Amino acid sequence: MRTPLLTAIAGAVHSWDVSTGVDGPGTRFVVFLGGCPLRCLYCQNPDTWRMRPGQRTDLDALWKTVSGYTRFIRVAGGGLTVSGGEPLLQPAFTEALLSRARDAGLHTALDTSGVLGDRASDALLDATSLVLLDIKSGDPDTYRKVTGAELAPTLRFARRLADRGVPMWIRFVLVPGLTDAPANVDAVARHAAELSTVERVEVLPFHRLGAAKYASLGLRFPLADTAPPTSGVVERVRKQFRDRGLIVY
Amino acid sequence: MKTLDAWRGFVGDGWQHQIDVAAFIRHNYTPYDGDAAFLTGPTERTTALWEGLGPLIAEERRRGVYDVDARTPSTITSHAPGYIDREHELIVGLQTDAPLRRAIMPNGGIRMVESGLAAYGYTLDPQVKETFTRHRKTHNDGVFDAYPEAVRKARRSHIITGLPDAYGRGRIIGDYRRVALYGVDQLIAGRLADQARLDAYPSSPAIIRDREELAEQIRALGELKQMAASYGYDISGPARTGREAVQWLYFAYLAATKEQNGAAMSLGRTATFLDVYLQRDIHEGRLTERAAQELVDDLVIKLRIIRFLRTPEYDQLFSGDPTWVTEALGGMGRDGRTMVTRTTFRFLQTLYNLGPAPEPNLTVLWSQALPEGFKRFCAQVSLDTSAVQYENDELLRPAYGSDTAIACCVSAMRVGKDMQFFGARANVAKALLYAINGGRDEITGHQVAPVTAPVGGEILDCEEVVAAFERTLDWLVATYVDALNVIHYMHDKYAYERLEMALHDYPVHRFLATGIAGLSVAVDSLSAIKYAKVKVLRDETGLAVDYAVEGDFPCYGNHDDRADTIAVWLVQAFMDRLRHQPTYRAAEPTLSVLTITSNVVYGKNTGNTPDGRRAGEPFAPGANPGNGRDRHGLVASALSVATLPYDSARDGISLTSTITPDGLGRGRDEQVTNLVGVLDGYTDAGGYHMNVNVLDRDVLLDAMAHPERYPQLTIRVSGYAVNFVRLTPEQQRDVVSRTFHGSL
Repeated sequence: MRTPLLTAIAGAVHSWDVSTGVDGPGTRFVVFLGGCPLRCLYCQNPDTWRMRPGQRTDLDALWKTVSGYTRFIRVAGGGLTVSGGEPLLQPAFTEALLSRARDAGLHTALDTSGVLGDRASDALLDATSLVLLDIKSGDPDTYRKVTGAELAPTLRFARRLADRGVPMWIRFVLVPGLTDAPANVDAVARHAAELSTVERVEVLPFHRLGAAKYASLGLRFPLADTAPPTSGVVERVRKQFRDRGLIVY
Repeated sequence: MKTLDAWRGFVGDGWQHQIDVAAFIRHNYTPYDGDAAFLTGPTERTTALWEGLGPLIAEERRRGVYDVDARTPSTITSHAPGYIDREHELIVGLQTDAPLRRAIMPNGGIRMVESGLAAYGYTLDPQVKETFTRHRKTHNDGVFDAYPEAVRKARRSHIITGLPDAYGRGRIIGDYRRVALYGVDQLIAGRLADQARLDAYPSSPAIIRDREELAEQIRALGELKQMAASYGYDISGPARTGREAVQWLYFAYLAATKEQNGAAMSLGRTATFLDVYLQRDIHEGRLTERAAQELVDDLVIKLRIIRFLRTPEYDQLFSGDPTWVTEALGGMGRDGRTMVTRTTFRFLQTLYNLGPAPEPNLTVLWSQALPEGFKRFCAQVSLDTSAVQYENDELLRPAYGSDTAIACCVSAMRVGKDMQFFGARANVAKALLYAINGGRDEITGHQVAPVTAPVGGEILDCEEVVAAFERTLDWLVATYVDALNVIHYMHDKYAYERLEMALHDYPVHRFLATGIAGLSVAVDSLSAIKYAKVKVLRDETGLAVDYAVEGDFPCYGNHDDRADTIAVWLVQAFMDRLRHQPTYRAAEPTLSVLTITSNVVYGKNTGNTPDGRRAGEPFAPGANPGNGRDRHGLVASALSVATLPYDSARDGISLTSTITPDGLGRGRDEQVTNLVGVLDGYTDAGGYHMNVNVLDRDVLLDAMAHPERYPQLTIRVSGYAVNFVRLTPEQQRDVVSRTFHGSL
């Protein structure tokens, strides 16, 4: 029997999507939660920075939508991913959602920057099959410049995940002139290589497809003039990870 | 070779003394559950033969046609043998005496031949013109002698469009395998026996017609032998080797394409049949894998250069010069064994050996139960070429059995047992506008449907609109079927498919295949009326010409029941009405949700709609959700389409999906796994058909700017594949503007 407390739980849900191959393994129901403590210069989803009125969604109502896809996901292979925004800004809702998915027999993924990792309860992590962990920079100063926050909590969270045996996919957004310094990349690679449960690293080349969102929100896109990295730089960065013995995409 | 017994080593019974190719296959084929590792590349001969055609095809692309014989009405035996390169061809036979030289087929209609020729700067031979205007009536003339006024009006206003009243109806698949397995003489003997049986019946109009048709079929089989003899082959007896089996089968198909300029001239389900012969030769040491592949490559080269002379109007409907040489691959047998064989793989391999191409229209009958190696190879081929379409074997097999083939895009038929009367489609989005306007056309203001009370008031009332829409559908379906009854009566009379019908059982089962266009527009419009506020804007004559929508409404394509149930209702409402219509030759009515590329033309002829779509904007193709209205990705969109009931749309439900490569995962292996998963999930959900394009929009934009760099760029549009660079600019823009499911 589900407790009344659980059925009444609600969260700020920005949107949802069903994607294949990009938010964890296979076809996934992806819940984007509203609100994020970081302001990454390259953020492609500024519309998820704030929790907005009207986003408040009852877990049961959300689950009704999810359940329209569970059979497809079981047959096709895949699961449920909680993304954002930053899902750990709403740890109770995230935990409830991941647990519900886990109880339904779905593979679960948490897509997070790890900066609020301390807020993730052990129960939340027990309900998580995979963490998609963004390490936005390896050098603390660069990290601060990119995100406005400290690197240490993310690394602390990563070590906790490794200690608990939670598999991780590390993600690194490659931005020319911002995160591409060899030393910065190597620091990320070094951290990743030390984590025993890292299954892969995804190097995501910066793109400007989110620029329109800034315009529609009346915000200035700080990287409006930054070009995507050349294939040569992308390959160099991937090699830096590969050289540490990591599987890289 | 004369001493070889054609049926040596073949086992089982039930197929020797009566025509039953399915039984022959069941007893003799070898399922293959391995992967693609055994396949071989092209031989030098194959590459040289294919590349030799390159300059001709390039010239054809430039001029629209390469060459036409404007003097010789085509028959099975009208032209002298033709070759690409006589010394180096393994499989021979061309439609005329030279490659890419198109033939004229005036039985369908002499005006179409004339305008087709004129479009490319040719003039019809005066004697041919005189023959087909003064001495010999055509299908087109017959139809227009007999159309009632209601049909003419519906046709003029484009609420019914694309009717095969001026071109060959096509979509009839001869069982070309019969010629290889039995030889022509046994087929003639069978037909003579059918004819003799009819002598016991009194000479009613129906019996007289059947007797005449059987006589024509026997004559066509004789001509088939004569045509093969002109190439130096005696096909009166069965094929004795793999090469002969391919050749006999191809001769039969070729004869059909010399006799009929059908909209779709599909091949059927031949790979597993041919595999029996190729494997026997391999076991006997007559053939290597390389040589087996070479035969398949050679056949496919021939199938790639099937051509018909068509008119600019036809090209608007069905863009890119398609012929729909559809070959159904894979699927499962009723006994639980897969129908996949090595030759199924060999057919797909031609997309590598010869490069991607739209024809033959390779159609994989998908089931979760297919061998993993085959599934992965299909997904890989889709990722590499975007040239394959998928149809749900788990829906097809229970409905039609395991010897089912696809005509055109999505039309299933039991090979040699079913035929269909192709019926193009009716525009249900326009029908909704007629309902609102009391039967008047929203563009011309003319009264097309019977006069009814227009829907009144400033804000559209859902119940009132639905009631009016139902009345309009009553009229539309009756008028539509009436048109088809006239068309097919005349097609049988003046442009009968003698050879294709000779390769069917007697008597044959007939479908009357109707279709609808504009499903997503009608559904979203009804959803807007139901869930938002739709204000009507009328002109000075009271005609509703535009709509203003206030508020949100759910759109079809988001796996949202509120919209999807409207789509289900509309498909069922149309089919329910069809079931009550009298049909020519008591054909069983069916329905498809398929537009091919006519979604552009239908949209052009439809005014503003209550969903906010502007007048003239293209419809979404087939059963696709409206462009940009599916907001939750490919899977949500596909699951909406999968809710449409196959039992109410037995002629097929078409979905075209375009995914960017990175929208399927990282790395080829993962992308293959994920695409297999999506196809499994869609099939499991009851989805019928999926075109899979794996493309970047940038590639298409570049191809529009530099067509010469992309001669083989192939994309799937509703139900078939085309060379992207052969689409009209308007259709290219339509494709580029459609939803690309990618990752951000």
